[in-house]
Amino acid sequence: MPAGNVQELQSRSQRRPDPGSVPAVIAPGQTFTSITDQISGFILTRKSPLLWWAAFAFGIILSINLLTIVTLIFYRGVGLYGIQIPVGWGFAITNFVWWIGIGHAGTLISAFLLLMNQGWRNSINRFAEAMTIFAVMCAGMFPIMHLGRPWIFYWLIPYPNTMTVQPQFRSPLVWDIFAVSTYFTLSLLFWYLGMIPDLATLRDKAKSRAAQRFYGIACWGWRGASLHWRLHETASLLLAGLATPLVLSVHTVVSFDFTISILPGWHSTIFPPYFVAGAIFSGFAMVLVLAIPIRAVYGLGNLLTERHLNNCAKLMLATGLIVAYTYVIEPFTSWYSGDSFEMFMVHNRATGPYAWAFWGVIACNVAIPQLLWWRSFRIRPKRLFFISAVILYGMWLERYMIIVTALHRDFLPSSWANFVATVTDNALLYGSIGFFVLMFALFVRLLPMISMYEVRELLPFSSPAGGSEK
Amino acid sequence: MVICSLVRIDPRVVQMAQIFSGAANTIARFTLWGFAAAVGLAMWAGAMIVRSPYETRQEEPREQPVPFSHEHHVGGLGIDCRYCHTTVETSSFANLPATKICMNCHSQMWAASPALEPVRESYRTGRSIAWTRVYDLPDFVYFNHSVHVNKGIGCSECHGRVDKMPLTWQAVSLEMQWCLDCHRHPEERVRPQSEVFNMAYVHPRNQAALGRRLVHEYGIQSLTSCSNCHR
Amino acid sequence: MSAPANFVPVSALRPAPEAADRRYWRTLEEYEGRAPGGDEPRQAIDEPPPSEESRRKFLSLMAASFGLSGLTGCTRQPTEFIVPYVDPPEQVIPGRPQFFATAIPLNGLAQGVLVESHLGRPTKVEGNPDHPASLGATDVTSQASLMDLYDPDRAREITLHGDPRSWEAFLRALLVALEPVRARKGEGLRILTETVTSPSLGDRIQAVLAALPSARWHQWGPAGCHSARSGSVLAFGRPVNTYYRLDNADVIVALDSDFLCCGPASTRYARDYSTRRRRGGRVDMNRLYAIESAMTATGGKADHRLPVRYAEVETFAVELAQAVAGQSVAGSHFGQWTSAVARDLLAHSGSCAVIPGEHQSPAVHALAHQINAALGAVGQTVVYTEPLEVRAEDQMASLTDLVRDLDAGTVEVLLILGGNPVYNAPADLDFAHKLPRTAFSAHVALHADETSAQCQWHLPESHFLEDWGDARAFDGTVSIIQPLILPLYESHSYLRILDAILTLPGRSAYEIVREYWTKQKHGADFETWWRKSLHDGFMEASALADIRPALKAANAPSLPPPSSPGALEVVFRPDPYIFDGRFANNIWLEELPRPMTKLTWDNAVMISPATAKRLGIEAQELVELRRGGRSVRGSTWIQPGHPDGSITVHLGFGRTRSGRAGNGAGFSAYLIRTVDALWSAYDLEIHKTGDSYPLASTQMQQWVEGHHPIISGNLDEYRANPNFVKESQETPPRELTIYPHWDYSGYAWGMSIDLTACVNCGACVAACQAENNIAVVGKEQILARRGMHWLRIDTYYQGGDVNPSAYYQPVPCMQCENAPCEYVCPVHATAHSADGLNDMTYNRCVGTRYCSNNCPYKVRRFNFFLFQDWVTDTLKLQRNPDVSVRSRGVMEKCTYCVQRIREAEIHARVDDRFVRDGEIQTACMQACPTQAIVFGDINNLSNRVAQLKSEKLNYALLAELNTRPRTTYLAELRNPNPELGEVSHARG
Repeated sequence: MPAGNVQELQSRSQRRPDPGSVPAVIAPGQTFTSITDQISGFILTRKSPLLWWAAFAFGIILSINLLTIVTLIFYRGVGLYGIQIPVGWGFAITNFVWWIGIGHAGTLISAFLLLMNQGWRNSINRFAEAMTIFAVMCAGMFPIMHLGRPWIFYWLIPYPNTMTVQPQFRSPLVWDIFAVSTYFTLSLLFWYLGMIPDLATLRDKAKSRAAQRFYGIACWGWRGASLHWRLHETASLLLAGLATPLVLSVHTVVSFDFTISILPGWHSTIFPPYFVAGAIFSGFAMVLVLAIPIRAVYGLGNLLTERHLNNCAKLMLATGLIVAYTYVIEPFTSWYSGDSFEMFMVHNRATGPYAWAFWGVIACNVAIPQLLWWRSFRIRPKRLFFISAVILYGMWLERYMIIVTALHRDFLPSSWANFVATVTDNALLYGSIGFFVLMFALFVRLLPMISMYEVRELLPFSSPAGGSEK
Repeated sequence: MVICSLVRIDPRVVQMAQIFSGAANTIARFTLWGFAAAVGLAMWAGAMIVRSPYETRQEEPREQPVPFSHEHHVGGLGIDCRYCHTTVETSSFANLPATKICMNCHSQMWAASPALEPVRESYRTGRSIAWTRVYDLPDFVYFNHSVHVNKGIGCSECHGRVDKMPLTWQAVSLEMQWCLDCHRHPEERVRPQSEVFNMAYVHPRNQAALGRRLVHEYGIQSLTSCSNCHR
Repeated sequence: MSAPANFVPVSALRPAPEAADRRYWRTLEEYEGRAPGGDEPRQAIDEPPPSEESRRKFLSLMAASFGLSGLTGCTRQPTEFIVPYVDPPEQVIPGRPQFFATAIPLNGLAQGVLVESHLGRPTKVEGNPDHPASLGATDVTSQASLMDLYDPDRAREITLHGDPRSWEAFLRALLVALEPVRARKGEGLRILTETVTSPSLGDRIQAVLAALPSARWHQWGPAGCHSARSGSVLAFGRPVNTYYRLDNADVIVALDSDFLCCGPASTRYARDYSTRRRRGGRVDMNRLYAIESAMTATGGKADHRLPVRYAEVETFAVELAQAVAGQSVAGSHFGQWTSAVARDLLAHSGSCAVIPGEHQSPAVHALAHQINAALGAVGQTVVYTEPLEVRAEDQMASLTDLVRDLDAGTVEVLLILGGNPVYNAPADLDFAHKLPRTAFSAHVALHADETSAQCQWHLPESHFLEDWGDARAFDGTVSIIQPLILPLYESHSYLRILDAILTLPGRSAYEIVREYWTKQKHGADFETWWRKSLHDGFMEASALADIRPALKAANAPSLPPPSSPGALEVVFRPDPYIFDGRFANNIWLEELPRPMTKLTWDNAVMISPATAKRLGIEAQELVELRRGGRSVRGSTWIQPGHPDGSITVHLGFGRTRSGRAGNGAGFSAYLIRTVDALWSAYDLEIHKTGDSYPLASTQMQQWVEGHHPIISGNLDEYRANPNFVKESQETPPRELTIYPHWDYSGYAWGMSIDLTACVNCGACVAACQAENNIAVVGKEQILARRGMHWLRIDTYYQGGDVNPSAYYQPVPCMQCENAPCEYVCPVHATAHSADGLNDMTYNRCVGTRYCSNNCPYKVRRFNFFLFQDWVTDTLKLQRNPDVSVRSRGVMEKCTYCVQRIREAEIHARVDDRFVRDGEIQTACMQACPTQAIVFGDINNLSNRVAQLKSEKLNYALLAELNTRPRTTYLAELRNPNPELGEVSHARG
């Protein structure tokens, strides 16, 4: 089409006044060109900022350390962890649950909000999904690394074998395998599918032959034909439909690892909703912990506006309140059960050797998030970043508390013992964080961290309605 | 609609040089399907390998210090299994013949045969002959000969037609599923106790009926608890 | 279950002394409001014991290779070989074990045992049902004696100053050394042995002494019955041997005696005691009073326990003697107690016994004789015989003489046959420095130990499973010790060495023993008698005859010297397991939790909570004990029920040359033990060093109150309401589970454990370890709470920490019918068997540890590292071929000795019959001295176990969880004296 029309359309958009007190999803004054240039620029033209290099180095170093530890564990055995009898699960499972939880925000944003037709998601969904993928990668590592004999982990997967022995489907650990792998596959597809048009754009804007070929191959010959777009839209919707139930199912299944057992402190029906809420809670915290620095460093204020921070913060507040509610309900149910073991568990949790963890959790997940009632804490990046970081820590601590306090003092006093983490435990945790950062840094460097075409859709004249407020 | 499809195309990307040749699409499709196929193939190959004689060492004649031929001793001379495998009815271990048992005959027959020198030497020096194990179960599997033999499971069920083996080999796979086959349906394999040591025994047509009868008669249970074999 | 209102939480961290016994709390530290114990020593986990490094390397390599094999799913076996006999011995059926009767000499006294042999490898020790000292049961040391045989650190060759020499070379050297001695009729030749009861060995020694009249024979056993000997001399004017027939005793008073767990007759005593205790449908019980100077298993078991200082025991004995004699003891120190006990004793004269502790003063022994005589117990419950020793003598004096002569330099040739005097002689004798003053010294022992280091020659001693011998049991019954295996190394028996002195080159032990008994048994058909004795494991009617020694005029013994108020009393006791230190390198015994403390790998400075407070001493604090110029450093253990103002230390630790396991474990109390203070002293100073030293205990001291795992009651309660147990139980309906039910149509294996009978001796745990190839993990891993024992004996205290009563509860796998472990295992590694066992399939386990998390009894054990030793050959020889040796990363647990079950089932099936009651004995059941553990088919109501489970005292642990455990308990009954009822939990 002649370029003139386009110019005209754009000028129209500039004339449109910014309606409503609500901050716009994206700042005014954006054009197709500006958006495309800005985002593709990070990859193709602009130099990476110092912070990126820092993050990259940090990631590399910790990932190497991770590799070393993993090798060591294969070589020497899980005795390197702090676990013992009775505390048979320690950091590994804590980290697993934590990472999986973090992954949740991605699906929620990409799938759930898409179906809900929440336009504001468009500028955060891409790296939220990326975050999901990497988080699940980290998570998936731990169940295997905590096995006594990790090299035969595949016995948990049903396959035709010469023993005619299959996994036991009554065990929640087998359900985990399915839940997590499904989750990972779907998130990966969703993420990749969403990126194809942008990869095409990158291919077209790339100067070097290598880059052109790389992105060219990556976008499977996308030409932006309307047929492509139709298929693409259908596929996205279908995947979104498939992914939405996962938001609930995955962490529900993970919570079964605990609820199915008979341990006071694990055996509780509130866990599934509790875990899902907690997952989204921590997920959004992670989104913000990533988004806020990136926004600052890459000057994305125009695309990641206060509106985004505000919405994420609100979602955190909401899910945080659900979590807080379960904290209240747990002691009640145990008291109401009249079961002395249950009651002891609650009492021991709050006053026992791990009281610090319990009160830490209360502080991080209940007390501090209440600041989000104040708007300034929701839209001031620094404050919000601080709160999100605290929540991330709090959610890790919560899983630690659930696992350790339930195990270290169960039914018979003769088998009580305290858990103390070892160097290996910590190294593995920080290693996984390092790996996560590394992956994310690479993602930011090589792939469009914000969905160009979806943000372009937000432009006033990009839809018949012409409105950008959804 | 027109507008929609228009706005999605970045205006500056309308005219551009080709990066890929026309073959690219075909290659792309091929890789897509090829990858899936490759994964499937690899899995199938793996499954085949673990079931193959390479893994199970099935039907692989094993070198022995003395080229002992069951074909000759059992098939030819018709010596009963129990003459050498003395404890097969009383112990978990069927036992291999002590040198003395070999010498019972071979002090007269083939007394000078060079092939039998290791036997004579062992008898002279008192140092045992180290026979290569042919049926080698993993150390965490506990098999008991006596109960099988006493309950109408014939030697040939597991050891095959030993009387036709010049050098002994493993006649069956010894995979766990092979064990369970019989443990789940003993009636398909049980035979009259009188036939246990009969190498040539073939299950009659009415095995179904006979099996059921014998299973009842011998009080055979279908033992599939883990600790029946793993302790 | 307790209702919210009256629920008193486990006040884990709050100090609550006054309300103490209304709650149950975790550890003493926590009880006193200090930081919870058990979490300080952590570095352990990161680093395995350094000494193990090389091994670990190999193991991890091996693990890696497992890894690869696992990854490729490879099942291809490496080529293995079958090595048949050349000329098979009779009766050997490969794949089936044989059992041989023999006897284990401990400190000279024999315990009859049957030893299991797999194709010539001794693999397990069981009791000999016909032997008076065993009756089919075994004690801990017998179970662990195999580990001595296979100890990789045993001495392997004859050495001169550490350099290998031949047997001939030794004989030559001995001959040369003896040349001048012979000329002087043996003057200058000294033989030092431990207590000798072996007739043939005695005969050899006497022969040597006959040939060389001026030679001298000394005996020294550091933990021997010195007091008993001098005690009987005090009472009768001559040494006699005393033992008890507790199956006739209704009232037993233990004067600081741990007769249920320690001593050569403890196995028999425990059996008789518990049999008597459970007579007449459990309504006719005996009564046990324990007056003791430390918290022992016997004391914890007693109906009434009185913790007193060592010296006060004598005071009590004096008072009791007076009270029994009818004198009034009003106003005396233990007034109420003594009178009550005396009344009870008099009421049962003839069927009561007063048992003095081996390590109590001679006076106490003398008084005991006096009291027993006054009560007409002699001949009924108390039996006297001639001494068991070939020569009963004051060993302390004997050793002192030797040292004096060593000083004088009049000892030219010194043969030390067994024992380890350099390590365990009283410190003030300074044996170590005097020993080298001999021209020729040789030491014969299993290990090249401290004494060997000071001697010129060291000769490896043959283990009793390697060579012939004989020994007497506590009642004099003689057993022939027949070997099961040829000596593993170039070792010799005392017999042969002594014989060599007389006639070179010395005959074999077999010839000597056999010849000796041919002389004794002329006339009778010797061959048949000999074979029978070998087969039975003892000689018929060889017990010593009863005698009635005349009591000397009851000389009222003087009260012990009153110790100055501030001064601390120190009491030396042999360790219950490693005894006087001879078993220090026995890894099984080192790691076996001690009866009350559950300590492993260390001894400790035992001290009462009050005294600890007074001295400002924390638990597991490194303190220095000083006596005179001597001192030793040890870690403190605050022991509830320990008398105040007294400190107990166990002998046998702190070895320096025992081997890899024993070296550096604990501290050597011998360093402050002197001639004048063999068992106790009143001049102990204790000094804080400021350091702490972690002690590896497998469980903390836990108290029970209200809702707790132990159910117990008094005999009267039971008489009044036999259903009190059932009423305290809440068992949900069987169908309260979502999983399909099993109908156990065939066998249904189950176990019943009688808490009234369990005396916490630990024999079951040792037996389990020996039977099931259970790995030893070392102190660091125990500290990390990774012990591997499948069976544990939980010990709970009740009442204040001054004098709590104790309860023991053996906890094996409960084999639940609704097993929480089974449904959480993702790979079916632990699954239900048709007969109701929770099968554990090691080779299927991937090690998620979920089963352990979900096990409310926490009876599962996990191989966090490759704990099992896969390299040491001798250890491989010991392994039970019927049990898989577990590798790294798999879960394991008690299986009810499923290998024995399946074996018996197969035999039964082969002979077309059902398994008979008692045909299957689990290792723990077989070892248990008190028959507290009974195993069998609960589907068959004629079976003993089924009957026990139908008893009113039967209850299931944590029944409210509806796990339906196959292992159930019989609640504990106690029989307190109404007169003392109210004071039974307090100081007298």
